[in-house]
Amino acid sequence: MLLLAQTAPASPSFLSNLDTLLFAVFPYVAMAMFFLITISRYRSHPFTYSSLSTQFIENRQHFWGLVPFHYGVIAVLTGHVVAFAIPRSVLLWNARPLRLYILEVSALIFAVLTLVGLIQSIHRRLTSSKVRTATTPTDWIVLAMLLFQLGSGMYIAVMHRWGSSWFATSVSPYLWSLVRLNPDISTIVPMPAAVKLHIISAFLLIAFFPFTRLVHVLVVPNMYLWRRAQVVRWYRDRRVRSSQ
Amino acid sequence: MDVRAQISMVFHLDKCIGCHTCSIACKNIWTDRKGSEYMWWNNVETKPGTGYPTRWESQQEYKGGWEVVDGKLRLKSTSKAQIIFNIFHNPSLPSMDDYYEPWSYRYADLFNAPESDDQPTARPISMVTGDPIDIKAGPNWDDDLGGSQIYAANDPNLESLSPEVRAQLQAIERLVFFYFPRICNHCLNPACVASCPSGALYKRGEDGVVLIDQKVCRGWRSCVAACPYKKSYFNWSTGKSEKCILCFPRLETGQAPACFHSCVGRIRYLGVMLYDASRIEEVAKTPNEGLADAFRGIVLDPHDPAVIAGARANGIAESMLESAQASPIYQFVKVWKIALAPHLEFRTLPMLFYVPPLLPVMSQLKDGNVTTVNQNFFHDIEQARIPMQFLGNLFGAGHVGKVTYALRKQMAVRMWRRAVTVGDITRDVAERALREADCSPDEAEAIYRMSSLANINERIVIPPSHREEAIEMMADPLVHKQSVGFGFIERPERGT
Repeated sequence: MLLLAQTAPASPSFLSNLDTLLFAVFPYVAMAMFFLITISRYRSHPFTYSSLSTQFIENRQHFWGLVPFHYGVIAVLTGHVVAFAIPRSVLLWNARPLRLYILEVSALIFAVLTLVGLIQSIHRRLTSSKVRTATTPTDWIVLAMLLFQLGSGMYIAVMHRWGSSWFATSVSPYLWSLVRLNPDISTIVPMPAAVKLHIISAFLLIAFFPFTRLVHVLVVPNMYLWRRAQVVRWYRDRRVRSSQ
Repeated sequence: MDVRAQISMVFHLDKCIGCHTCSIACKNIWTDRKGSEYMWWNNVETKPGTGYPTRWESQQEYKGGWEVVDGKLRLKSTSKAQIIFNIFHNPSLPSMDDYYEPWSYRYADLFNAPESDDQPTARPISMVTGDPIDIKAGPNWDDDLGGSQIYAANDPNLESLSPEVRAQLQAIERLVFFYFPRICNHCLNPACVASCPSGALYKRGEDGVVLIDQKVCRGWRSCVAACPYKKSYFNWSTGKSEKCILCFPRLETGQAPACFHSCVGRIRYLGVMLYDASRIEEVAKTPNEGLADAFRGIVLDPHDPAVIAGARANGIAESMLESAQASPIYQFVKVWKIALAPHLEFRTLPMLFYVPPLLPVMSQLKDGNVTTVNQNFFHDIEQARIPMQFLGNLFGAGHVGKVTYALRKQMAVRMWRRAVTVGDITRDVAERALREADCSPDEAEAIYRMSSLANINERIVIPPSHREEAIEMMADPLVHKQSVGFGFIERPERGT
């Protein structure tokens, strides 16, 4: 959009229409796709829900890619959710510069961890012929999208300080307005291009999510910690019992 | 008492000729799909040998099975708390290199190669990548002791043996081996089931077959690490784990599984055993010395009225009960006590038992002759070419007592039959041998019959599973009317 604005004297109404489309309409399309397609895929093709692990065919590089990536991405996503959910507390925390630096630096460390893991995973998929065999075109698209998302996020974190504070004041209200079904994009429109791109590609990722291996996030085991060790299924009288 | 039924197995190792027919029958039916080429749900190993995957018996390396820590039974590979941290990268997971990279040959080159001075060759190509590979090893690379300095010498069961005994085993004039066919043991205390974070693995209540629900499996790979027998495999193409299903579609119609049915040596016996499910944990926690006895104790007498009443109360079908009463497995394991569980110290309580091999033990060359009868009948067993401790490590949780008992009884049965048919051993001598081996003439006859004469209906005694009733109970039989059969059945393809 920045390019558009510079090269062609596009009419202001076109730009505002585009902003409305991207930030007020597309998020709903993405969320609708996310929920409807993951649920219908879970119901009609449960077999396709899998982590699709390749650890079995390449066990050495696997550790250095998958472990940093997952811990990093979980921390970074948690940070986004926290800033979205409790913006007031984040601002209060950031009131002291030292605490702000601690938050920003640790967020960046987790982002670097994610980046290291992601690059290692891509490297592994390119260099191990067995893993390459088990990689689908969709996997490459997902990796590219993740890399772009991570890269733009880190660029923003470094170039547009301090993200944790302005996320709380500007992005969080926007996201809440989406939740309230009354989209207010006034805080987003004046944002730098990098931030806008980051938001748009995030919703793209959410929209594409149901078609990818990322669905494994939705089926992380949660009952294991509470269930009994042994599982017994009875067919004759539909009793589902556990022993031991 | 919580009476349950289990389809159980006995493999008679003296009869195994190592032909791999069982493996091929299984492969052709179940594991010739993409991603499963490297799997051998049924495989035959040469012992001593390192097996498939290499050195699977060494749980210091593979971390399979259970251990008792502070009086509690826990998985060696993981715990409920650990699994959260291990889910991204399972530290105990073997890789394809521990098995082998499956290959085929580019046969078309034999026909399409341009004319030249050299013979055309069919290059080996990887069945994973499709690229040419150098073959390093295969699933039975050490068959018949091939390369035994590398393979047999590294058998984990030899580790507790003294250097002298190990050297004897390596001496060329004493070389000895036997075959060890393996399938999933369908354990009573399966480590694979207990380790699955998704709860995809389960034991069928009716017949004890352990299965993986392919629609629930998410490929967390815990079962592969947890199974000490390494009989759960990861399909790298579909991203799901797979294992021996005991050919349940055949079982349910009263047929023997393919490996049983195709067995050339007729070494495989299949039957029902009743056991007390309430005692599983207690038995699995028993120290190694008493483990074999405790395990036998969990098997219930199918003729005991209390057991029959308990079975009926638990909804065990009459046909299952009848099969349990005619079970050859019950005879081998509980009555004759000559079939033993492999590596009971892994504490999964495997329901596949082996009659330990006598033949390579017995045939001792003395002064150029094979000796038959010594005044001390069982002298040859103690002087066995296969060290008893080796068999003890394999079938006795490290103790030789149960193995010696089984071998002595088998030897006495042979003497008895020799006295009956050939007559170069007198009846008195044979009867004394039987007495010393804790056997009677009747029992010897029964063991002889079941070992050598039994036809398929005596060796394989299983009921059909009343599937017709089960399905009606589970779901409306009309639920799929007008919905499947025209391309709507999902193919097991890799998701995205």
